[in-house]
Amino acid sequence: MDDLLNALVLLANFVLIPAATYGSQLALGALGVTLVYAILRFSNFAHGETMAFGTMVTILVTWWLQSHGIGLGPLPTALLALPAGIAATVVLALLSDRWVYRYHRSCRARPVIFLIASLGLMFVYNGIVRIVIGPADQRFADGERFIVSVSDFRAFTGLSEGLALRTTQGLSLVVAVVIVAALFWFLERTRTGKSMRAYSDNEDLALLSGIRPDRVVLIAWAIAATLATVAGVLYGLDKGFSPITYFHLLLPTFAAAIVGGLGSPLGAIAGGFVVAFSEVLLTYAYKRFLTYLLPESLAPDGLLQLLSTNYKFAVSFVILVLVLLLRPTGIFKGKML
Amino acid sequence: MIKKILTVSALASTLAFSAHAADTIKIGVGMGFTGPIESLTPGMAASAELAMKEVSDSGLLLGGAKVQPVRADTTCIDAAAATAAVERLVSSEGIKALVGAACSGATTAVLQNVALPRGLLMISPSSTSPALSTIEDNGLFFRTAPSDARQGEVLAELLIERGIKSAALTYTNNDYGKGLGNSIQTAFQKLGGKITISASHEDGKGDYTAEVGALAAAGGDVLVVAGYLDRGGRGIISSALDTGAFDTFVLPDGMIGQSLPDAIGKGLNGSWGLAPGSDSPGGAQFEALATKAGITVGPYTHQSYDAAALILLGMQAAKSTDGAQVKAKVMEIANGPGEAIYPGELAKGLKILADGGKINYIGASAVRFVDPGESAGSYALYEVRNGKLDTIGYR
Repeated sequence: MDDLLNALVLLANFVLIPAATYGSQLALGALGVTLVYAILRFSNFAHGETMAFGTMVTILVTWWLQSHGIGLGPLPTALLALPAGIAATVVLALLSDRWVYRYHRSCRARPVIFLIASLGLMFVYNGIVRIVIGPADQRFADGERFIVSVSDFRAFTGLSEGLALRTTQGLSLVVAVVIVAALFWFLERTRTGKSMRAYSDNEDLALLSGIRPDRVVLIAWAIAATLATVAGVLYGLDKGFSPITYFHLLLPTFAAAIVGGLGSPLGAIAGGFVVAFSEVLLTYAYKRFLTYLLPESLAPDGLLQLLSTNYKFAVSFVILVLVLLLRPTGIFKGKML
Repeated sequence: MIKKILTVSALASTLAFSAHAADTIKIGVGMGFTGPIESLTPGMAASAELAMKEVSDSGLLLGGAKVQPVRADTTCIDAAAATAAVERLVSSEGIKALVGAACSGATTAVLQNVALPRGLLMISPSSTSPALSTIEDNGLFFRTAPSDARQGEVLAELLIERGIKSAALTYTNNDYGKGLGNSIQTAFQKLGGKITISASHEDGKGDYTAEVGALAAAGGDVLVVAGYLDRGGRGIISSALDTGAFDTFVLPDGMIGQSLPDAIGKGLNGSWGLAPGSDSPGGAQFEALATKAGITVGPYTHQSYDAAALILLGMQAAKSTDGAQVKAKVMEIANGPGEAIYPGELAKGLKILADGGKINYIGASAVRFVDPGESAGSYALYEVRNGKLDTIGYR
């Protein structure tokens, strides 16, 4: 019995909790990508850097709050700074739309033009972040580090394996659920949300029924920027902020959105978890897990690791290729690329 | 008439001499000022420059030449950037020799792309890859740091002495990490120990849970982290502590620095490691000098001072700044025989050499070179106690 419990705790500690945390962070990122795709009909490559920008502003405000001795007790101060980060990122997204995308919209440019424009913006954001906060690692998580720490867990249960749940991991899961619930309520129940869905479904019909496109676009950017900032801050709190990791996040984020079906909010969430769990499950070494479960004579000698952890990024690529080959619309029947 | 000519020529030679005395010799200091060891390099560079200042102030080098250090960022991880940085030092600054580079990868690139074609003498204070022992160098390359092959042996002996039978090993995925990881594994297994897993990690990632998961699955009494203290190495340790995968960490030279316990906190207490260092009196003398100059003494600061001192003493012995001539003198000065020279006594060394005598440069790190021009290797042992990196012995 103890062996079974130990095996489950081990799996939870190294696979389930990290993958669920990473999955919810990816899902929030993918929701932003998918929303922009649904309304504006292009893949926004600047989304990763938007996350970095929002996180940077949040970090700066966090430092300012900390210097004034303002905190949230056991919770990270960054939560208090988050609204400021969101506000700044929304302004950035709206200015980008005003100065870059609006022109292309007025000429009814093809999606690929938008995509290239977003690539350009990505480099601009990238530069801004590095000029303001620098390329180095920044740690801004404060408050209690653990909800459950390994030693507490061992002392409490008497098991030989420990389980750790960091505050930032718990926070990622909770905030992701709250944000997703709010977003779905907004899209399904409010008038604005409905008009956005109508616009995404059939632009011409929506225009005929009196929906103002400018307003829909404006709200889409505001929501995408909010999602990007929240996802970025959660990721940064959990794993530390360095601008380059946000650039690297772009690939798994897009993989998540495409796997789920571009343009489908539900798909983005499912895709986030599919990508995160595949990355972790495929690179985990199951030796100790099986040693607990199997009788001693069958205990494995090797590591039982399908892929070296160095190939973690390749998993996103492979999933992307497989989905595009086998089911180009993604799990939830999104738009074709 | 003859008298007149003699006077004039004497005058001319004095003038020429004084013109020569006003000469400035530029020495490059190429280290990774940005990148994975950026917290170590400022102290290392300042130590090298301390030796240059000492020589400059003595006014004895080649009849009173001044020494001017010129810094360049060799980045540690970007071979192309390292090459370009040192190429610039040679072509536009006109440096006569180089202290550096710091990381093995950068050193290899600079040696092959700049030093060899240009005939530039370089002494690295901290490149420890075993591959640099066998590299084609035309005799232009020396290092005041020992090869990691030696570090692996010492580390393996310490593991056995502490009663550790099995260890997991992770190394940063570059020349330094692979070389060191290999030498630790080979040496430990030769002594009867077991390496349960040897896995590489990439620097600059946000999340090391997956890497730590694999290491934890393999298990072991301790985790040997052959990485960099400001990058992946720190990420691995903090993730391993969070998940309770390992309690004790063994820290090779790239992980020794006060910034690591500062960043990790009390979880690192009891972890131990080593970095090149010695208990020769030169070490303490150097530390006094450095502290007076406002330099934080740390890993490789001693070796950096010695690298600069060896270059300048070599120039004095060769009576030239030409790399081809200086390189022949470096071994002779480092290993003696002759008058022992300690830190702060560079003026004495210069004087003896100018008078045609012999010296044995001991310096800050008890310099003794073995073929092909690298330090034989003595190590300082460290242990983290109460969040401080304590020196607990020498080997």
